[in-house]
Amino acid sequence: MSAPSSTLFTAPPEWHWLIIFYFFLGGIAGGAYFLGALMDLFGGPLQRPLARLAYLVAFPLTVVCGLLLIADLRRPLRFWHMMLQSETLRPMLKVWSPMSLGSWALLLFGFFAFLAFLGALAEDERWRWRGLARLRPPGLLGLVVAVLGGVLGFFVAGYTGVLLTVTNRPIWGDTTLLGLVFLISGASTAAALLALLGQRRAASSVHALERFDSIMLVLELVALIALVVSLGGVARLWLSVWGALLVLGVVVLGILIPLGLYRRSLRFGDASGVAAAALVLAGGFLLRVVIILSSEGA
Amino acid sequence: MCPTGAIIRTEFDTVVIQSDVCNGCRDCIGACPFGVIDINPASGTAQKCTLCYDRLQVGLEPACAKACPTASIQFGPVADLRKRADARVSQLQNAGETRAQLYGADDKMLGGLNSFFLLVDRPEVYGLPPDPRLPTRNLKSSSWLSVIGAVVVSVAGLISFRTRGSRA
Ligand code: SF4
Ligand code: SF4
Repeated sequence: MSAPSSTLFTAPPEWHWLIIFYFFLGGIAGGAYFLGALMDLFGGPLQRPLARLAYLVAFPLTVVCGLLLIADLRRPLRFWHMMLQSETLRPMLKVWSPMSLGSWALLLFGFFAFLAFLGALAEDERWRWRGLARLRPPGLLGLVVAVLGGVLGFFVAGYTGVLLTVTNRPIWGDTTLLGLVFLISGASTAAALLALLGQRRAASSVHALERFDSIMLVLELVALIALVVSLGGVARLWLSVWGALLVLGVVVLGILIPLGLYRRSLRFGDASGVAAAALVLAGGFLLRVVIILSSEGA
Repeated sequence: MCPTGAIIRTEFDTVVIQSDVCNGCRDCIGACPFGVIDINPASGTAQKCTLCYDRLQVGLEPACAKACPTASIQFGPVADLRKRADARVSQLQNAGETRAQLYGADDKMLGGLNSFFLLVDRPEVYGLPPDPRLPTRNLKSSSWLSVIGAVVVSVAGLISFRTRGSRA
């Protein structure tokens, strides 16, 4: 008889719904920002309103994320212990700890998201301080904000998965693919949300998002298959309601059906893109539910 | 892993969690290969055996070792303990208990533990992980895979937004 995985002998950190929502919304916030930046950098003028939408979404979501994380601490008022050593008030940072590095990244990302948010607001004609619009490309300042914030956006979307793999818990510590999976899913759910919110914008720009999301969904499917393979014997934990949810909820409802619907929307220009985007969001949420709760319960 | 620096190594080479620093993030709970950390519901902070840090500081042995009626818990300099344990294992082996083995006594396990067990069955029977490892083993490859993912996503964005977005 081969020895069981050592991750089965560890204790659950009890990260539940607040963390699930954080992982989901953090993926969208980071994803929306880097999509906004990519659209600003590579897209044409038609893409600009969607990029603006992305920045308008990213900052408020980041604030919600911070609040979720603080609320999840068992001693919420000590949240600043993540940033400053409580006795010496010197900065607290461990680069090898994803939670430590991630806290800093989230704070810094929030700063850039705030700048881009201001820049996006300032594009509105009614806004008075037009100088703020320089916080968005094509100007140099805007480019810096887009690129640095975009890189941090990638980090915020992906580090949560890396954090899980850098534990000794079942499933999480048995693979190295969760960061990649969450990153792709963050890009996908963000694209879906922007496509939903941007329905009234130029059809071609929404279709570009749908095309992008279709690529993401295919990548996510491949990454998920690789994830199951990488788990080896531990994947048996998913021979349960969690596996059913993964297959039906995440893969069928959240990937395969939306792929078909996006195709329809791109071909006929009908409303199936809306249904696809809604399903992608639901699937992205279920993905976090399965990954977190299946390990917590093991 | 602890993002607040609450977990320290003491002058006795033991590990202690400072409850006035910990903010209850619970990262350490999932990181510990032996599952020995838990949250104290009263204080909301992480807690584990301190090996009686207060007693050690005044030169006493941990209370468990002192009190154990069968002397199953032994305390002392690790090298001495290893010698004693090795002797006991060979004694048991000679007496026909061929499964007798030490768990965590040599440097092979996590670079050497300061606490080890004498077992007479497989570790998992005792609720001990057969092959405990550092959680950071995954850090590098996880991070690289994510970086590759970020590059691929960016390329996909470039393709989707440039070629299509410029057309009306
Ligand atoms: S819960 Fe653990 S990792 Fe988190 S601050 Fe407390 S001791 Fe550190
Ligand atoms: S067994 Fe190791 S990882 Fe776990 S609490 Fe003790 S020192 Fe920390």
